[in-house]
Amino acid sequence: MMILDDKLGRHGDAFYAELMDLHEGLTPDQSHALNARLVLILANEIADPARLTALMQAARPTAATKG
Amino acid sequence: MAYDYAPFPYVAPPGLTAPEARHKVVIVGAGPIGLAMAIDLAQQGVPSVVLDDNNVVSVGSRAICWAKRTLEIFDRLGVGERMLDKGVTWKVGRQFHGKDEVYSFDLLPEPGHKYPAFINLQQYYVEQYLVERAQALGDLIDLRFLNKVTDHRDHGDHVSLQIATPDGDYTLETDWYIACEGAGSPTRQRMGLPFEGQTFEEHFLIVDVEMEQSPFGDHDTPERWFWFAPPFHKGQSALLHKQPDNIYRIDLQLGPETDPKTEATEEKVIPRIRAIVGDTPFRLDWMSVYKFRCAKLDRFVHGRVLFVGDSAHVVSPFGARGGNGGIQDVDNLGWKLARVIHGRSPAALLETYNQERTHGSAENILNSSRATNFMTPKSAIESVFRDQVLALATDHPFARKLINSGRLSQPCTLRGMALQTAAPDAPIQPGDPLIDAPLLDAGRPAWLIAKAQGQFTLLRVGHDPIPDIPGFARIGIGHSGDYPCFEDPQGLAAERYGTDHLYLLRPDGHVCAAFRHTDAAAIATAYARATTGPRNDDP
Ligand SMILES: Cc1cc2nc3c(=O)[nH]c(=O)nc-3n(C[C@H](O)[C@H](O)[C@H](O)COP(=O)(O)OP(=O)(O)OC[C@H]3O[C@@H](n4cnc5c(N)ncnc54)[C@H](O)[C@@H]3O)c2cc1C
Repeated sequence: MMILDDKLGRHGDAFYAELMDLHEGLTPDQSHALNARLVLILANEIADPARLTALMQAARPTAATKG
Repeated sequence: MAYDYAPFPYVAPPGLTAPEARHKVVIVGAGPIGLAMAIDLAQQGVPSVVLDDNNVVSVGSRAICWAKRTLEIFDRLGVGERMLDKGVTWKVGRQFHGKDEVYSFDLLPEPGHKYPAFINLQQYYVEQYLVERAQALGDLIDLRFLNKVTDHRDHGDHVSLQIATPDGDYTLETDWYIACEGAGSPTRQRMGLPFEGQTFEEHFLIVDVEMEQSPFGDHDTPERWFWFAPPFHKGQSALLHKQPDNIYRIDLQLGPETDPKTEATEEKVIPRIRAIVGDTPFRLDWMSVYKFRCAKLDRFVHGRVLFVGDSAHVVSPFGARGGNGGIQDVDNLGWKLARVIHGRSPAALLETYNQERTHGSAENILNSSRATNFMTPKSAIESVFRDQVLALATDHPFARKLINSGRLSQPCTLRGMALQTAAPDAPIQPGDPLIDAPLLDAGRPAWLIAKAQGQFTLLRVGHDPIPDIPGFARIGIGHSGDYPCFEDPQGLAAERYGTDHLYLLRPDGHVCAAFRHTDAAAIATAYARATTGPRNDDP
């Protein structure tokens, strides 16, 4: 299984707070759509297909087991 | 055993019978911050009157986590070692999700520091030690219990104040008025100063229980344990800390829809504690229900009225930045006000207390509010993100870093601010606090910070001597000279400070300049900058 090391460093908390702010005031549907757009945008930034496949797999089992 | 809240004696103040001469400094409030302020000033020869409306130490443990930098400051004020001896030392925090541990952190992984990352010690002990230290400085500190300040007025060149005592009212005049009256600051309210920020809807139950058997189980070493969704407290969060005298602090998140009055009762609290500790016998020592808030004043300096500690800023306690932040205020203001009072610096120097500590307090507020937001998601989507961070954290280090149950108090850096002179390649940057290191003083163990803080000091590690420049104390490490010199037995001072810089240190243990070449004129310029306050072209 792939292990994802920390790359955000000391910016982690600021990023997380900004992400929460981004969702502020949205309905659940709007948040859902925002998340989808964000995933697509970030995927385009990552670009490398092998890397994208690995990252998608990393997200999948955790989401399935821990729901 | 429960702490013995012995009342401090009230003595009828002289001002009740005849007007008192104008004082140099009046400090309103004898909490940890007001007391530390009086001691710091007294150690620099500045007398003060300290007024408190009460006559006992903090009721309930309140602040328990005291950070390394705070202990280094308390060391300078003469109570650090006593706190360390009594306190419970810890440095490891563990985070649980449900019953599983997901992540642990070590706040001070390296050896070679006099003080640990944190000790836990009840606020009542800290205040008791500070009162006793202040009493030992009795020539310079006039402590008046049951003296409640009811009004004040800034006249431009002095401040007058009204005080109520059990024997009636009186007035005082003072050159400087320091408001250390805590979060509800009546001074702030009288002046109508906005105190804005974020209030969190969530209620928290804070309980101290005394028990023989450690709830940390087989872990002998005290740590900070934090649970998201603990098995014993469904859907909420919980925090566990050890204090001296076999007292354990338990914080339980209660949610927004709670009635604080019914929650803070034995009937409600005992079953909650039983759910955690099982049948182990315990005694309830103290309990209280809080809602937390992060807020600060825009400015801490208003003419001759100076705000310090909780009267200037409040934070939620996750991260232990309230009392610790206040002690850094004291450390920052003490030497500046003493210089102004002794006529060695212009009053404009105090403006840098405002700049540096509003900056420090904004950083504390940012960190505590982010932690509180993470712990108490405000919406369904925030809960989803929080829970998925926790889920990813089991396998992925990056997600562990995002778990936020409090980023524990760190001294802020004053890099780039008005009093500092840049030195881009110095291992410790101007604006940063000193880093400790073990030394030998004629064969006896000593510590770098304890030797170096308290006055403007030139410090150098390595072979080169420090020139004699009038007005500075000198500390040499790894060489000898006709000034205090120490050995660096483990080479840690050299490792942390490098051997090619001469450092100029502020009395509050921050580097304010560093020089590759010893140039008396450059040192004099940096010193002038550090002691005169902002120039006109500063922001
Ligand atoms: C549950 C809880 C846990 C906490 N945990 C931590 C922690 O782990 N670490 C940490 O660093 N901080 C912590 N804090 C914060 C810490 O307790 C405060 O930051 C600290 O007490 C502030 O000290 P202070 O001297 O500014 O104010 P206070 O301690 O509030 O003292 C103010 C004093 O002023 C007096 N006063 C008020 N009005 C007047 C008046 N009109 N005239 C005369 N006197 C007056 C009061 O009687 C009081 O003695 C915690 C707080 C709480 C509530």
